[in-house]
Amino acid sequence: YQLAPGGLRGVTVLHISIFNSLLTAAHGLSDEQREFQKVAFDFAANEMAPYMAEWDHKEIFPVETMRKAAQLGFGGIYVQPEVGGSGLSRLDTSVIFEALSTGCVSTTAYISIHNMCAWMIDTFGNTEQREKYCPDLCSMEKFASYCLTEPGSGSDAASLLTTAQLKGDHYILNGSKAFISGGGDTDVYVVMCRTGGKGAKGISCLVVEKGTPGLSFGKKEKKVGWNSQPTRAVIFEDCAVPVANRLGEEGQGFTIAMKGLNGGRINIASCSLGAAHACVQLARDHLLVRKQFGETLSNNQYLQFRLAEMATKLVASRLLVREAATALQENRPDAVSLCSMAKLFVTDECFNICNQALQMHGGYGYLKDYAVQQFVRDIRVHQILEGTNEVMRMIISRSLLTES
Amino acid sequence: MSGRVLVGVKRVIDYAVKIRVKPDHSGVVTDGVKHSMNPFCEIAVEEAVKLKEKKLIKEVVAVSCGPQQVQETIRTALAMGADRGIHVEVSGKDYDNMGPLQVSKIMAALAKKEEAQLVILGKQAIDDDCNQTGQMTAALLDWPQGTFASEVTLEGDKVKVVREIDGGLETIKINTPAVVTADLRLNTPRYATLPNIMKAKKKKIANVKPADLGVDMASRVEVLRVDEPPQRQAGMKVETVEDLVGKLKEAGRI
Repeated sequence: YQLAPGGLRGVTVLHISIFNSLLTAAHGLSDEQREFQKVAFDFAANEMAPYMAEWDHKEIFPVETMRKAAQLGFGGIYVQPEVGGSGLSRLDTSVIFEALSTGCVSTTAYISIHNMCAWMIDTFGNTEQREKYCPDLCSMEKFASYCLTEPGSGSDAASLLTTAQLKGDHYILNGSKAFISGGGDTDVYVVMCRTGGKGAKGISCLVVEKGTPGLSFGKKEKKVGWNSQPTRAVIFEDCAVPVANRLGEEGQGFTIAMKGLNGGRINIASCSLGAAHACVQLARDHLLVRKQFGETLSNNQYLQFRLAEMATKLVASRLLVREAATALQENRPDAVSLCSMAKLFVTDECFNICNQALQMHGGYGYLKDYAVQQFVRDIRVHQILEGTNEVMRMIISRSLLTES
Repeated sequence: MSGRVLVGVKRVIDYAVKIRVKPDHSGVVTDGVKHSMNPFCEIAVEEAVKLKEKKLIKEVVAVSCGPQQVQETIRTALAMGADRGIHVEVSGKDYDNMGPLQVSKIMAALAKKEEAQLVILGKQAIDDDCNQTGQMTAALLDWPQGTFASEVTLEGDKVKVVREIDGGLETIKINTPAVVTADLRLNTPRYATLPNIMKAKKKKIANVKPADLGVDMASRVEVLRVDEPPQRQAGMKVETVEDLVGKLKEAGRI
């Protein structure tokens, strides 16, 4: 196995053992899902893994690679086919993102955000809006960003302050959004803003196109990970957006945002899964090769037990994500809670898995020549965004305590 | 001309798997090991699909010989753009002993039955490296062959094939129907797209037995033993060029 450009080791071999080991991500999947998974793994191994270190180091937003992914149908995986999507299920989507993530977590995570936005327009948009935006988003001719968080409202999302005042057939937007993935480089912004009174019920969802006068961006943030996607503040100064760009009704925006996030949480958890699987594989390979005290690390019982725990948590995580995906697809009453549980459990456990894998590499784990540190840095933020893991606990406990 | 192209696709152990010899040395371990389509067969499928996209041929039929699992390989070909599949059911001892002679008899019979204009195969399989099936198929059919193809161009009822040979590149023009075998540089196989994977589900795979084609699966070859290649021996360092020449002479190398 060759060293990829940038000296990244070990990543390209992953897709091989993934199918024949205890950890296989293919168990329980239909033949068709295995085909989707295979394409995603092959794409990740050939088109992403060799470049993931370079994209991270040079902060490259890999537009051409993502467009190649879109040609395979990854631009709008759960968007309906009549507007250019692939029309697949949430479970299919999870399987695909899990596989792609083994090639580059950061890029896959952005692709998942893009997918979420495309779905929101597909689901809540009217015919004109769907036909105007979805085909270009599904082909990634255009890229999308999800704009909810503001400097003053993160977990308390419903307290957002960006206003949208109705003037004739336009809304005039004023305010700013923070930490927007893709911000400044993307073309279509799905923006939650206040058209009415306080709280969630006063929020609407508008689609704002790049180039609209009054739309500007902050500086590109310097991040610990997710460096293959730019993150910027999105600023609205008397930005006029046609009423025709509103998704759904006034006051429906928060609901739309949250429904988008249910799927987004499964996707982000799936990305964490892919990273954790990659890291268990890397750790295992390292234990079989590295020798200390006269034998390979794989003979050390502590490390054997550690590896076993990592593998067990990985399999448990995968089951929870896939269950949540199925629940969401079937619109089950427990879907929202399950998505929150999956996001909470999986992002936490998978981060620990990746972190332990780094530890098992010893000093080498700390070097950027080795992939494990990038997986750790990239998935750390999954415990924070799309709803912090603390907010996930709020959602779950509320569901438990208000059930009759 | 029928405009129909037959493509053979073989299910082999994935190229990146570490091969292990069975403890009884009768073969290699295949249980639980990842399998995929032979890379040269992928190139063959890609070439056939490209010909169809250029509207130079009308139908691509993917053929595979083996047990139930080879249907996965046929489905991959369908997802890449083949129109339908033929699964030639071979299992048990017949499958273990199946080699180029049996496969080429099957391909020849199918080529006649399907009235194929072209049979495109990978130049060899990465498990046995035989590099015989294409050539034998052509011989059985008494058709021309263009092997080790790095470029294929249909010109009316002939096909121009640029072949990779030891001395460089050889260009030949052969009459169709013909057999072509794909070499590495012929093309870069496409990824299956999600929509094509779903469409592939609806495409038909017909089941056929070798006996239905009048093919005798008996093998003329018996595998006696399979061993791993010998462990690489340690080299040795020498101080001077004279030492090196001396050592090479001692080892009978010069």
